[in-house]
Amino acid sequence: MNEPVLDVRNLRVAFRARRSSVTALRDVSFTLHPGRTLALVGESGSGKSVSSLAIMGLLPPNGAVTGGAIHYRAVDGSVSDLTKASKSEMRARRGAEIAMIFQEPMSSLNPLFTIGDQIGEMLLLHTDLDARQRRQRVLEMLELVEIPAAASRIDNYPHELSGGMRQRVMIALAMVCNPALLIADEPTTALDVTIQAQILDLMRRLQKELGMSILFITHDMGVVAEMADDVAVMYAGAIVEQAGASELFARPSHPYTRGLLHSIPMPGRPEGERLVPIPGTVPPLHAMPEGCAFAPRCGLADEACREPVSLSDFAPNHRVACFHAGREVTHV
Amino acid sequence: MARYILKRILGMFIVIFLVLTIAFLIVRLAPGDPAALMLGPEATPEETAALRTELGLDRPIVVQYFTFVVNAAQGDLGTSLFFRQPVTQVLAARAEPTIFLALFSLVFALVIATPIGIYAAYRRGSFLDQSAISTAMLAASIPSFWTGLMFQRYLATDLGLFPASGYGGPDASFIERMGYLILPSIVLGIVNSALILRFTRASMLDILGEDYIRTARSKGMGEPRVVLRHALKNAAIPIITVIGLTFALLVSGAVVTERVFNIPGMGNLVVSAVLRRDYPVIQGALIVVASLYVLINLVTDLLYLTVDKRVRY
Repeated sequence: MNEPVLDVRNLRVAFRARRSSVTALRDVSFTLHPGRTLALVGESGSGKSVSSLAIMGLLPPNGAVTGGAIHYRAVDGSVSDLTKASKSEMRARRGAEIAMIFQEPMSSLNPLFTIGDQIGEMLLLHTDLDARQRRQRVLEMLELVEIPAAASRIDNYPHELSGGMRQRVMIALAMVCNPALLIADEPTTALDVTIQAQILDLMRRLQKELGMSILFITHDMGVVAEMADDVAVMYAGAIVEQAGASELFARPSHPYTRGLLHSIPMPGRPEGERLVPIPGTVPPLHAMPEGCAFAPRCGLADEACREPVSLSDFAPNHRVACFHAGREVTHV
Repeated sequence: MARYILKRILGMFIVIFLVLTIAFLIVRLAPGDPAALMLGPEATPEETAALRTELGLDRPIVVQYFTFVVNAAQGDLGTSLFFRQPVTQVLAARAEPTIFLALFSLVFALVIATPIGIYAAYRRGSFLDQSAISTAMLAASIPSFWTGLMFQRYLATDLGLFPASGYGGPDASFIERMGYLILPSIVLGIVNSALILRFTRASMLDILGEDYIRTARSKGMGEPRVVLRHALKNAAIPIITVIGLTFALLVSGAVVTERVFNIPGMGNLVVSAVLRRDYPVIQGALIVVASLYVLINLVTDLLYLTVDKRVRY
């Protein structure tokens, strides 16, 4: 397999609180290969959005990378560590090479500029195209993301479009400079199911046509099954299981991953099978248990789980951070 | 859009008509004989009767009202009892200092307050933010007559940088007259900048937390472009509102400042007219100020339309 586009190594991110600091990411590592889709899966607060913001260099002012590296391989083949990049380097990359789609299409577009303006601004920032060429390119993008009557839509304001249309505009915006890496942070969560399927279809088609890599952030296992080549399951700021998508669905081995899969309806399940929720909630960041963070909610937890646990090989290309990996829960 | 403006202008005329009616009624509803009230207790019955005839008070009230409205529509607001001049002339002579004072102090306030407000919001909680807020608080709490007196004492009298008071002699040139407005404009500007600063900061704080600001950053633009293009335009509506209101207040006459600096403006005129019971002038000032208010409101609303295309009336 060729060199990864993105190679995140032992990334640590901390947020300053009033007096103390809390660790939001604990030694997160993953790699994303060209043309592939890696899904980061987890509940709210698991650190998946923080990971994406760290890659973009857009952590809020009270957050900072405190360790590790984000190796990014640019289109020209040069590899650089984004955690050490200067502000202007990051600005030049953002949008042009690494683009992002956000969860809320309703509020992610500026209400006071036309969609043509907002997509065109990307070209204004990163290319030398003149106004006429920019408009032409924007129009092509709108057609590419299948916005009907693009020529008349280009001068619309966001409030004149539906949620699904706006997310298409967001995708056009993210793709207009032909980025090598697209970070999609729950791009379909706010949309209803039929629109969701259309947007996922569109993203897959664009990926095939344009060849970018996608870091897909979601909490929805159904979407993971649709989109991902590889999956990293996050819990409380750390990756607990990592595998190819088919392997993960065939042999979920971390108790948390199993819990996630058991808690949602999936096609192919025996009829009448009950959905099992995961008891409890994610521990707050300032009160992380020592050892395995999932232990307090885990049916398999025992003395051993008080010791720190890290990802280790469970099967080829399948890594799990659990002393009891693969074992069935016998009691809940 | 055109229909909206037409509707608003029609509405404006209705408001002004109502103001005319109220101005008319105020004088007639005042207890006792308006003519006697205007002339004071020392007037002889003959004088009072003469004034009644002069004002048309001896005619039926409906006729009086009709005459008043028709005259006002033709720009005739009556004659000042004190100046013995048409009210419109009296008002026009006082309008220049007031309007320029309002304009200068607003510009001063905007130049000071908007950049600081934007920066304070951007660096929320920083030393600069906190000092800006406390300074604004202080500026808003110091009465303008005190600031005015201090400025006169130190900047005008001691240092001789600006004229201390007045508006120049009858033959002062326009530039000279404007020179007299510098100090009072700063005094008024300081008070108003406090309000504008707080509104700008609050409005920017709201907007800077919006999702589309994060989108703007993800596009790889510099912070100045994020703040000035993507955030400020969205924060503009509350800021425009407060600027409009401030300006409307200022044109109705900054009474205290005009008094302290002895500027012959509208504020000064109205206060003197009240003391002299010069009803036609009070009436006229009421009508002019109310019309200006309505006009400024219309302009503010039209500005919303140009800023935000979602605004529909």
